[in-house]
Amino acid sequence: MTLRLSRISKHFGTTVALDGVSFSAIPGEVHALLGENGAGKSTLMDIAYGMIRPEAGMIEVQQRGGVALATPAFASPREARAAGIGMVHQHFTSIPAFTVSENIALTAGWTETGRAAERRAAHIVARLGLPLAISAHVESLSAQMRQRLEIVKALATDASILLLDEPTAVLAPREVHELLEFLRGFAAAGGIAVLITHKLDEVFRVADRVTVLRRGVVTLTGVLAEQTPHSLAHAMIGADLARPIPLKAQPGVVAVEASRLSLTRGGQLAVVNASFQVRSGEIVGVAAIEGNGQRELLRAIAGVDDVVTVAGTLEVAGPVAFIPEDRSSEALIPSFSLAENLLLGTLDQSSWWLDWNAIRRDTQALLASHDIRAGGPESQAATLSGGNQQKLVFARALARQPRVIVAENPVRGLDIQAADMIQERIRAAARNGAAVIMHSSDVDEVLALADRVLVLRRGEVQDLPSDPTREQIGDALLAMAAAR
Amino acid sequence: MSGTALAPDRTRSLLQATVPLGLGLLVLAGFLVLAGFPVMPAVNALWRGAFGSWYAFSSAALVHATPLIILGLAFTLGSKAGAINVGMEGQFAAGAIAATWVGLHLGALPAMVAIPIVLAAGLLGGAVWITAPVILRIKFGITEVISTLLLNFVGYAAVSYAVTGPLQESGRTYPQSDAIAASARLPQLSHGSRLHLGFVLALVTAALLSVLLRRTTWGFRLRAVGAGPRAAALTGRIPLTKVAGVALLWSGALAGLGGAVEVSGVSYALFQNLSPGYGFTAIAVALLGRERPMLVLVAGVLFGALEAGAGAMQRDAGIPAVAVQVVEAVVIITALLTARRSA
Repeated sequence: MTLRLSRISKHFGTTVALDGVSFSAIPGEVHALLGENGAGKSTLMDIAYGMIRPEAGMIEVQQRGGVALATPAFASPREARAAGIGMVHQHFTSIPAFTVSENIALTAGWTETGRAAERRAAHIVARLGLPLAISAHVESLSAQMRQRLEIVKALATDASILLLDEPTAVLAPREVHELLEFLRGFAAAGGIAVLITHKLDEVFRVADRVTVLRRGVVTLTGVLAEQTPHSLAHAMIGADLARPIPLKAQPGVVAVEASRLSLTRGGQLAVVNASFQVRSGEIVGVAAIEGNGQRELLRAIAGVDDVVTVAGTLEVAGPVAFIPEDRSSEALIPSFSLAENLLLGTLDQSSWWLDWNAIRRDTQALLASHDIRAGGPESQAATLSGGNQQKLVFARALARQPRVIVAENPVRGLDIQAADMIQERIRAAARNGAAVIMHSSDVDEVLALADRVLVLRRGEVQDLPSDPTREQIGDALLAMAAAR
Repeated sequence: MSGTALAPDRTRSLLQATVPLGLGLLVLAGFLVLAGFPVMPAVNALWRGAFGSWYAFSSAALVHATPLIILGLAFTLGSKAGAINVGMEGQFAAGAIAATWVGLHLGALPAMVAIPIVLAAGLLGGAVWITAPVILRIKFGITEVISTLLLNFVGYAAVSYAVTGPLQESGRTYPQSDAIAASARLPQLSHGSRLHLGFVLALVTAALLSVLLRRTTWGFRLRAVGAGPRAAALTGRIPLTKVAGVALLWSGALAGLGGAVEVSGVSYALFQNLSPGYGFTAIAVALLGRERPMLVLVAGVLFGALEAGAGAMQRDAGIPAVAVQVVEAVVIITALLTARRSA
């Protein structure tokens, strides 16, 4: 029995998630699917499990008896399960108020209930060697047990192909060990386990083969024994783009200074003991994997959201411009006109009476000077393309002549042309004396812009040497991932 | 640029207001046929009661429209800031009690002084009634939908208590108050018509609210909080809870003003059931008016006409006035559906 995905393509809006990706896994192997955030790993596996329909490509499953099944797409997870595929999602999918056996029965589509279902569930749990309290309510289970239930659910329909999406994120080291042992045993019994991860150490502990995705294309696939951590990191982070020659910034006065700064958000410690400076005229890139404190750090500097300083000091020269990650909900009001959206960002300068003629004139001037393609100042923001929305957000931010610019994923979801334009705007702003601190979940974007890179690891700031290579950043990020 | 962009928008709004009404009347006709009533005399009575004569239009339709417009504007003010005030019945009652209480004691003052005091008492009464929901929302994040709704019942009870207790008429016979001082009553606009100054007040309030929302920073901040709270907080740096709280407070005050206008313009005394559900019908008026003050005005007149026509239909054709609620319900639902479609 094999699983083969051929030339799979999928777009989300204008973003290419997968571009002609081929992937195959054979019986008896643990196959690691490796890549950065947003590389397309989860999308590929969601397609194999019938949760997302690809635009092109073919899914083939060769059953044990030799029966082959080939389809352009599974219409639903139910079809994928019928073909012998089970999936463990990144987030738990069980119903907390139900018991373990009820959850299993629900997923597997059993007609039995109560005692009969419990007996059947107990049988499966014993067969898989994954002990679970069958009649316990899921809400009373630990994270490890909940995940074990997810695996049991995936395998309850006799699946021989098991897809796991970042299953170790919720586990303690000893629990990770137990999970990896189970996967080895599952493969040894003739099954296929596909493990999505961005943690190199797990790959080397468990995988037989590895496929690396980067920005929706396969950059490496092969037997793990032939790979080194360095070759995998290289394939993940990429080295195909020549780094643009950085215009050496002329760092001026200190515009942002954090000193032994600790931040919390919602009672959770997000940034620990961070000390760094950002000077006017320089662009500092923050590299971090999702959820390592970069969001809180940037928002504290921007002075927005409910981030609380619990220790240390943070001094920021005003005015600060903030480019939030989510354009359509945090930067713009989609139902408002462009003129109204411009006003939203410049409110504190206006009097109590609004001069709409002047605001419209300013908007028109801004649209022209920043090459924003829109019907006019009265057009709804929702009618603009993502690139033009982001250009508007930048134009509005720069109109206030900020001394500090804080930007989260400034080019996410933009096409290449719009992304280039935004990046050029950021460089120009720095040349004109603004201190820029930006984060991108794409290391290439950080490298393309930044004069200096800070790596955030579990809330701790690590200053990289000037002109870091992709490999240095990649190693730092992955070392951090392994330590999590 | 802006002129051409606005024109089709206006036409569409008008269309969205007329289609539901037509559909509502059709459904009413269908019900009448099913129930065995003659359709044409009924519709005829409905029309005559609402628009048949200047007297009918001004003394019935516009008098009914006045509280609906004021309360519709009250709802609009809150919902523009993302706060849903469904407690206008209670605030209306509180405003009416306050206006009656001061109105009873103003006999010595000229109308120029007495009327503003009565109206101010209504505003204050409504604001006091919504104070608790505002505090609950700001301090504890409790949704105003529930707290304002529950206070409606307390409002009804307060009126019952007032007209059987402290504010009961001197004769102590009926559950109603004495008539308020003549100087505290809103003057009628023309001799022989029941249309009173309150309607002008409703027009002025609509115009004022329209200008406030469109033309002032205060109104802009309020609209931003309702239309995009995250962007308002992060990009506009607008304090969400404060702006929404103030909007809600003014919404309650306006609803209280509605109660004061009803007492000083129509009933001249406090009664039980002073409001035949104005506080709920007005939500429909606001929705039908797409939450734009000047359109709310038009929708209010329309619903006022329906209410007036319903009375005539009952008198002249023997059809229960509640039948008009069918029209109102269909209008509301169709208006909501078309609004969703266009959003």
